[in-house]
Amino acid sequence: MLRVHCATSRFPLHIVVFIAPALVIYTVLMVYPIAATLAESLYRATGSGSGGQTAFAGIDNYLALVGARPWAVRFWGALEHNVAFFLIQFLVQNPLGLLLAVLLSRPGLRLGAAYRTILYVPAMLSIVIAGFVWQLMLNPLWGIVKASLDVLHIGGLFHPWLGLESSALIALALISTWQFLGMPMMLYLTSLIAIPSEIVDAARVDGASAWTTFWRIQFPLILPTVGIVAILTYTGSLNAFDLVFALQGPLAAPNYATDVLGTLFYRTYFGGMGTAADPAMGSTIAGMTFVIVLAGVLVYLIGWQRRATVYEL
Amino acid sequence: MVALGANGGPAVHAQTPVNLVLESWRVEDAAIWEGTIIPAYQATHKDVTITYRPTNSSFYNAALGTELQGGTVGDVFACQPFDTSEAFYNQGYLPKINDMPELAHFSALARSGWTTRDGVNTYCMPVASVMEGFTYNKDAFDKLGLTPPNTRAEFFQVLDAIKKDGTYIPLAMGTYDGWTVGDRGLYSNGPNFWKGEEGRQALIGGTAKLTDPQFVDAMRFVAQWRPYLAADPEAIKYTDTQEMFPLGQAAIMPAGSWEISLFRQKAKFPMGVFMPPVANPGDQHYIDQQIDIAFTYNPKSANVDAARQFVDWLGTAEFATLYSNALPGFFTLGDYEVQVADPLAQEYLSWLKNAKPTLRLAEQYLSTGNPSLESDLFTLMPQVLNGTLAPEDAARMAQQDLDSWYQPPQR
Amino acid sequence: MILIARSGPTRAEATSLATHLVLAAACLIVLAPVVLVVIDSFKSRQSIFGRAFDLPIGGSFDLTGYQLVLTRAHFPLYFLNSVVVTSVSTVLILGIGAMAAHALAEYRFRFNRLLVVYFALGIMISIRLGSVGIVRLLSGWGLTNTIWALVAVYTAQGLPLTIFIMTQLMRQIPAELKQAARVDGANEYQVFWLVLPLVRPIIATVAVFLMIPIWNDLWFPLILAPAESVRTVTLGTQQFIGSFATDWQAVLAALTLALIPPLVFYAAFSRQLLRGLTAGAIK
Repeated sequence: MLRVHCATSRFPLHIVVFIAPALVIYTVLMVYPIAATLAESLYRATGSGSGGQTAFAGIDNYLALVGARPWAVRFWGALEHNVAFFLIQFLVQNPLGLLLAVLLSRPGLRLGAAYRTILYVPAMLSIVIAGFVWQLMLNPLWGIVKASLDVLHIGGLFHPWLGLESSALIALALISTWQFLGMPMMLYLTSLIAIPSEIVDAARVDGASAWTTFWRIQFPLILPTVGIVAILTYTGSLNAFDLVFALQGPLAAPNYATDVLGTLFYRTYFGGMGTAADPAMGSTIAGMTFVIVLAGVLVYLIGWQRRATVYEL
Repeated sequence: MVALGANGGPAVHAQTPVNLVLESWRVEDAAIWEGTIIPAYQATHKDVTITYRPTNSSFYNAALGTELQGGTVGDVFACQPFDTSEAFYNQGYLPKINDMPELAHFSALARSGWTTRDGVNTYCMPVASVMEGFTYNKDAFDKLGLTPPNTRAEFFQVLDAIKKDGTYIPLAMGTYDGWTVGDRGLYSNGPNFWKGEEGRQALIGGTAKLTDPQFVDAMRFVAQWRPYLAADPEAIKYTDTQEMFPLGQAAIMPAGSWEISLFRQKAKFPMGVFMPPVANPGDQHYIDQQIDIAFTYNPKSANVDAARQFVDWLGTAEFATLYSNALPGFFTLGDYEVQVADPLAQEYLSWLKNAKPTLRLAEQYLSTGNPSLESDLFTLMPQVLNGTLAPEDAARMAQQDLDSWYQPPQR
Repeated sequence: MILIARSGPTRAEATSLATHLVLAAACLIVLAPVVLVVIDSFKSRQSIFGRAFDLPIGGSFDLTGYQLVLTRAHFPLYFLNSVVVTSVSTVLILGIGAMAAHALAEYRFRFNRLLVVYFALGIMISIRLGSVGIVRLLSGWGLTNTIWALVAVYTAQGLPLTIFIMTQLMRQIPAELKQAARVDGANEYQVFWLVLPLVRPIIATVAVFLMIPIWNDLWFPLILAPAESVRTVTLGTQQFIGSFATDWQAVLAALTLALIPPLVFYAAFSRQLLRGLTAGAIK
């Protein structure tokens, strides 16, 4: 490739100018404070009860988290729930978002802007509001769902889903899906539109069905976005917190059935409602979450990126 | 009470008005503080203005901890009882207030939530306690010809009658918010089973276990409420019950004295309260009188003197009267004779003539470690009330968790 | 061509109908709960709790909730604060993020890969974890209870995701375009300026992604800027809801009002997005 830059010894000042602001802000205000908190996970509280002294503990806290009472059962339970959350997002939310994006990307679609706006509305609500709305609808006393089922004489189908161990987590995951459907949709849409229409038209002229057009032409061309969406879903579901906290409280009712790593972290690190704060174990949970996310992302960066070819258009 | 200047002469010191920031988790009381209490203080302390800055209780502890560590906490702030405040004290964020003059009006029990375990250093000025029992709809009772029950047998008779009649839901109670079941179910009714302080101290001392009959029977009593709840209680929240009762949909609500203002606003019918029921007529009643809220000042505040002065004022009879009347159902912890106007508040107070007070079972010492007894009870009791966990099993699990870290104090 | 044109319209019509049906159904499901809240906010208490299906007409209509919200809280001020914080942060994130993404996508240099990973780490962990450190830093600089504290934190928070998405998609821009510009004598900064319009749809999309969490954030306004003068709408709404937790009318009214600003934001940006999309981004 023809190198346009002349002397290799010239210092690429422009690179520094472009990157420095982001690097500085990010490091000072995000990396450093988080690292300081994570460092707490390498210490253990000494002395009685709630004293402030600590001693270096290496990875003891991490070992305790995965293997010892009382942490292990909570940790593995929370992790399991995070995985369930992720699977529902990945298998329900993202395909639906993709479907809607494909439909919205059809050339000449009337009312496209209207559909797009409406479908994105829930994503604009704060998570607390979205959760509140659904909680109201599912309320057994005066919620619209129960009332509707009663009117149709199938009131027996109603269950207090948010309060039952068997269904609470799934209900929350579906509420989250309802809310954030618009996000993968928007990302997919943006990259679908970037595909020049000639390519799609050519396929149609050649007699390809809509399905074939999608799988053979469009999907490969939006693979980078599919990857991005997958990663964002993964990290998003592992950092899930707000919805569970707002609806089920820090104790992740019922009986920890909706406990995720985020709520486990919150109540461990900050304490409250009758439990003293434990910053050491709290930051251990945070560190562990980070490691799990990192592992997944590394898989993506190494495996996927190598395989997926980026088509220049 | 410091007056600035005397007889119109020059002030002793020129004061620039000091603004104190007051933090609390009682967002609900903002109107009262801003409208009644703070103006009263500012009237007699002209050099001070106070801003009431509450944070929702679900975030309060986390926000307070972050602010204390980050150095941005307000000048005066509310202290939760026992473990969380003890932790802040041990980390050096709270001052010793032993020498505050008004503190002398508070008994050892009143102070216990905010004093070191050896009883020596107090770090927050106690402000109020609350009580719990059952609030009932007098119109409903009259309509059904019922009188408030005293014994458990009578309690279930009343519930049965209401259920049979069908107009009202007998009990306004849900299991979605686990703490309500632990609090209004077990903490409130249990003392009649484990004889109040006797039982609580025995548990702390290690001479009793949760698997003993007095505790299991208490749990079983709560489990027996199940048929009298509305359908699908698993998704009925605390705020729902706070609507069900004043709307007249439910006849009885296990409620706390702090709900009085709320009920007064919303309910259009006369109300009464009755104590948690006992086994036999004439048995001693025990009441959960929970020391609930205290305040202290930030020793690193820029306005530390003004803040100190304010906290001391919170211990005066003047404040106690103001507070108890503005917020009926919050009872002063000081040894003052306060006249409360509200009839329901008066009824609650009358209980203390014959009933022996006690504290919430798990709040002192038993929730410092992990798993804390309180979070266990808040998670297990809803299952007991839902009928998905037997009381014996709940007791066994809670005791096992407690045994895993708790050491009763050596004699 | 003629053959296809004949069978074309019928087939296109059928798929078009199916398309509309699916989209409309999705919209219905998506919108129904929100509409419910809005309707309920205009109802009387008895109607909210007794008759779920009633519309707020006649006896059921009640504006008490709105009266409470608009008189008890200083919403215009909170709104202004939120607008300033959100828009300034978003602009900063996009500007600074685009620069960094461009450099990472365009230039091969020693630390490129490392920096990509370094920034990507920020997506994997919540910035709230560093709350104590952030509070200490900002209070050390005297920035607590200022808008700038929030802007600083949100900028840091938004950079990783922005850089991640934009780097990936900027790599798709044809190199020939940039080389041609250089040959014509453009310096690197001018090349960047040239590239920017080509990624307008991405920028618009990312902007929408960024603005909403910033607008809806409760935690950092709570610990960094809770004072009345700098309070954001979300914090104000939460406090209001806390004060009136059991006053459903007020809560529903507050929630309905809280819907409006994000909707307006999005409607405004949606047009930009639309323009960017139909302009045929990368041609």
